[in-house]
Amino acid sequence: MTTKLFGEPVRRREDARLITGQGRYLDDIGADAYAAAFVRSPYAHARVVDIDVTGALDVEGLLAIYTYEDLTGPLAEPLPVLIPHPQLTHPRTGYPLAKDVVQHVGEAVVMVVATDRYVAEDAAALIAVSYEELPVVVGVDAARAATHAVHDDVPDNVAARHHQETGDVEPALAASTHTISFTQYVERSASMPMEGKGVHARWDADDQALRVYTSTQASTSVRAAIAAKLQLSLEKVEVIAPDVGGGFGVKIVHPWPEELLVPMAARLLGHEVKWTEDRREHFISSAHERQQRQEITVGYDEDGRITALDVHIWHDNGAYTPYGIIIPIVTATQLVGPYAIPVYRVRVDSVFTNTVIVTPYRGAGRPQGCFAMERTMDRIAQERGLDRAEVRMRNLIQGDQFPYDQHLTFQDGRPVIYDSGDYPGLMAKLKALVDWDSFAERRAEATARGRMLGIGMAMYVEGTGPGPYEGGHVQVLGSGKVLVSTGLTSQGQGHETVFAQLVASELGVPMEDVEVTTGDTRRFGYAVGTFASRAAVMSGNAVALAARGVREKALRIAAEVLEASPEDLEIDEGLVQVKGVPGASIPLRTVAVLSNPLRYAFDEAAKQATQFAGPGDDSKPPVAVGDAPGLEHTDYYSPIRSTFASGAHAAVVEIDPSTWEIDVVQYAVVHDCGNVVNPMIVEGQVHGGVAQGVGGALYERMAYDSDGQLQNASFMDFLMPYASEVPPVVIDHQETASPLNPLGIKGAGEAGVIPGSAAIASAIEDAVGRRIATMPISPTELYDLVRSSADPVTNSQTGAMA
Amino acid sequence: MKPAPFAYADPTTVEEALDVLTAEGEGAKVLAGGQSLLPLLSMRLAAPTTLVDINRLPGLDRIEAGPNGVRVGALVRHAALLASAEAAAVQPLLGRATANVAHPAIRNRGTTVGSIAHADPSGEMTSVLALTDGSVTVATPGGRSTIGWRDLFVGPLETSVHGPAVVLDAFFPALPARSGTAFAEVARRKGDYAVCGAGVVVTVDDDLRVTAARAAYLSVGLVPEVHDLSGAVAGKPVDSADWAAAGALASGLVDPDGDLHASADYRRLLVATLTERTLADAGAEAVARALEAS
Repeated sequence: MTTKLFGEPVRRREDARLITGQGRYLDDIGADAYAAAFVRSPYAHARVVDIDVTGALDVEGLLAIYTYEDLTGPLAEPLPVLIPHPQLTHPRTGYPLAKDVVQHVGEAVVMVVATDRYVAEDAAALIAVSYEELPVVVGVDAARAATHAVHDDVPDNVAARHHQETGDVEPALAASTHTISFTQYVERSASMPMEGKGVHARWDADDQALRVYTSTQASTSVRAAIAAKLQLSLEKVEVIAPDVGGGFGVKIVHPWPEELLVPMAARLLGHEVKWTEDRREHFISSAHERQQRQEITVGYDEDGRITALDVHIWHDNGAYTPYGIIIPIVTATQLVGPYAIPVYRVRVDSVFTNTVIVTPYRGAGRPQGCFAMERTMDRIAQERGLDRAEVRMRNLIQGDQFPYDQHLTFQDGRPVIYDSGDYPGLMAKLKALVDWDSFAERRAEATARGRMLGIGMAMYVEGTGPGPYEGGHVQVLGSGKVLVSTGLTSQGQGHETVFAQLVASELGVPMEDVEVTTGDTRRFGYAVGTFASRAAVMSGNAVALAARGVREKALRIAAEVLEASPEDLEIDEGLVQVKGVPGASIPLRTVAVLSNPLRYAFDEAAKQATQFAGPGDDSKPPVAVGDAPGLEHTDYYSPIRSTFASGAHAAVVEIDPSTWEIDVVQYAVVHDCGNVVNPMIVEGQVHGGVAQGVGGALYERMAYDSDGQLQNASFMDFLMPYASEVPPVVIDHQETASPLNPLGIKGAGEAGVIPGSAAIASAIEDAVGRRIATMPISPTELYDLVRSSADPVTNSQTGAMA
Repeated sequence: MKPAPFAYADPTTVEEALDVLTAEGEGAKVLAGGQSLLPLLSMRLAAPTTLVDINRLPGLDRIEAGPNGVRVGALVRHAALLASAEAAAVQPLLGRATANVAHPAIRNRGTTVGSIAHADPSGEMTSVLALTDGSVTVATPGGRSTIGWRDLFVGPLETSVHGPAVVLDAFFPALPARSGTAFAEVARRKGDYAVCGAGVVVTVDDDLRVTAARAAYLSVGLVPEVHDLSGAVAGKPVDSADWAAAGALASGLVDPDGDLHASADYRRLLVATLTERTLADAGAEAVARALEAS
């Protein structure tokens, strides 16, 4: 590798385009498209009695109205359960348009298509749907009580009981020197990408083919779903993810009703149709995450070492289970974090409620698992009078224990075996970064100013880069341009930069010659999607392997021309040359031309590849058996199992005891995602994740009332932190290479968000001396807490040894 | 989130605006900066038949600062009032309060008079109008009239201005001699609607003893209220006045509601805290101004 780009903080090449308004997002496509709007249920649980469209029929510009009755074939069947699991005993999904019963406010009942969105909404407002209201179940405790059922045929509201254990927990708890039990809650939040969902479909009547643009994290799978539901052959459907304004998980769910209904309408009407989700729709009809009730019992010895851990979680999965029990599994398996837990049992009851579906949002069950484990560590420290850092140190998996088998089964169906890591190293760096051992002085200084200062920490291990696979295609054109494509999609992560860095590094070409395409099924048909911190691991390795294939072929062809051995050649700055022999070289673009023997020349460069251009070897066919024309290669990366990144965060909060405002004044991150391709991009991912962690800890919640009405379905009342609420983040890196993949990398996309609630809860508790059992927490709630009978909490002074 | 159909008029004189409003009746709505009205339209929470855009009416974009007070025209943006040194010199509360109005993008578009006509008890300028004992000038087909703040605010999002009418300006009386002001808010995020806000005026005598302390609050009542807190601090030298007692007095006078972001109890706590803090600042300013004048 002579053109060194791997590991460099290369500036994001997509930014100039995206921040100057040159991006091409879903709503930028199809200016002449008809527009779809939806009549959505105003009730959380109701029977649809009658749909009267007559009032809308006179609206000028109305083109079509569709209800469930208009759906045919597979479209009239329930939406797919994307990830079946034997423990998901009662999966339920809705229909593209409500059939008989609506299960949450916002469920689509009628689709209206009109000349534009204004007209479509006018018509939608004139459609009268009558409902018979049914009892409503809101919140994990109401679901658990099961006074009412969300689905008639699931009277206990339990969709799944997930259960894993690594030993016999009850005797292990009985034999423990100390045990404590407690219950805590995490609230709902949501992905909230800047761009909501959106679909544009164009039917080509001559080709009998469909092109769909959708703001998705999984274009290949949307394509397969549309083909199946609309009964089209796969090659007649193209799906393209254009620029996508953020996903954070909500766009991995598919097919959304709109992803089927908009193409259906385009085909029926013979005209482009588009639907662009508005913010209110996003709040009430996309997806949320995070709500859990966690019942924890832990056994530990005199020194604070855990001897047994028993966790029972009640997980709110909303009205339906299209994404299976992935979040329960992730919480269950990632909960143990960087710790060696001798005996662990986890049970997750995933329950239905009459609320928006619950599917992965950045972190995807990990923040809750981290909250359970890290708050347990704090409890043990408090009970034993130990420094919170010291208790964690005593329970960490040590460097010589890798690979470390947690004896659990991960979301990819594979064992949870930590491939590599240095958890004591993380802790040492974190303590240094926040000056953990001398916090008492800072607290005293704040006390003198009339402020309460507190510090907290949290550690995590994150399974990243799950399979099954991703692929990459690399092609060198005769112009010297290098085309790279991979099937997974981009939502702003910087894939254009990172994949170009990798290919430029592997191939030895200038980065500006490399063009990257993602998420376009016309370019790459096989892919899984962008989720679970997997793009760099999966597609990064796949495009690197594809580039290596191209390099090998280029050297083989060039070796013949240069009359040298391939081992004696190198590629640098797009030039193939004999090592140490200046002038003995051939441009890679010429190699690309020669790789494709031609009969017809169409330009000067092509002439070099035609049959009379020079003496050939008449003993061999122009394209050898087993070879193929063109300087290109496709390869795939399919991991044996996930790779496990890790990190440690600390937060310092300052609280004004006259207003109970909570200010995160310092936030420190030590982050280990294996070999780092681009540290600037990794830091950006961490910053964004921390912002969402702060949001989840202090601001964001979905405030449902008991009727299932979302009280804060707008950005005025659903509070995401502004830049002014996000603390400066200091980051220290640790690089523990993964032995599982060629590049030695681990995922980084979700890390920043995982420990936020745990670390900030710990810091607030440290500042005010009261037990925090529910996150998020706002100033008004903190005021209630300090006036309540909640347990007083005393942390041992940081740095103190027992 | 697209508005229902509406007609649009952009008159160039007040008379023409009143003609349109008269002709269209109750379904017509005046549009100035649109920062409150347009979201209501987009969410179809309001569906006026006609929007009467007053942005082309001449002469309404002026800030007139005189010895008696500051007159703010109906088309003056929050940002312009925030930037006006002349207005701040006459009535410092104007700049201090507008600095708390939302974010720059909203201040660049939203109008001070529009937010008063909107009568949101969470708005900064409704409380400032009350605290300064201000008024508005309203044009109707019958002529022009002045309405004092007590008669203007009827309820949340409701004023006494009905029928065809355009609010032409708001008048904020000047800060009296030997007086100081302060304004502070607690919001969930910087620039959000205040969970609670307080504006105060403190006046001192020649011996630098407090003669009066008055406060107005945001987001604690249905309409702006002005509370006289003089009883807790009057007669005391500024540097030994018990501002906390005034805060305690205030928290007993207000009757806030709870909502998603704050309980009524928490708002009462903030009334006490913000009152204490702002009174201390305003008292110090009153002293400084009194010494400067003497």
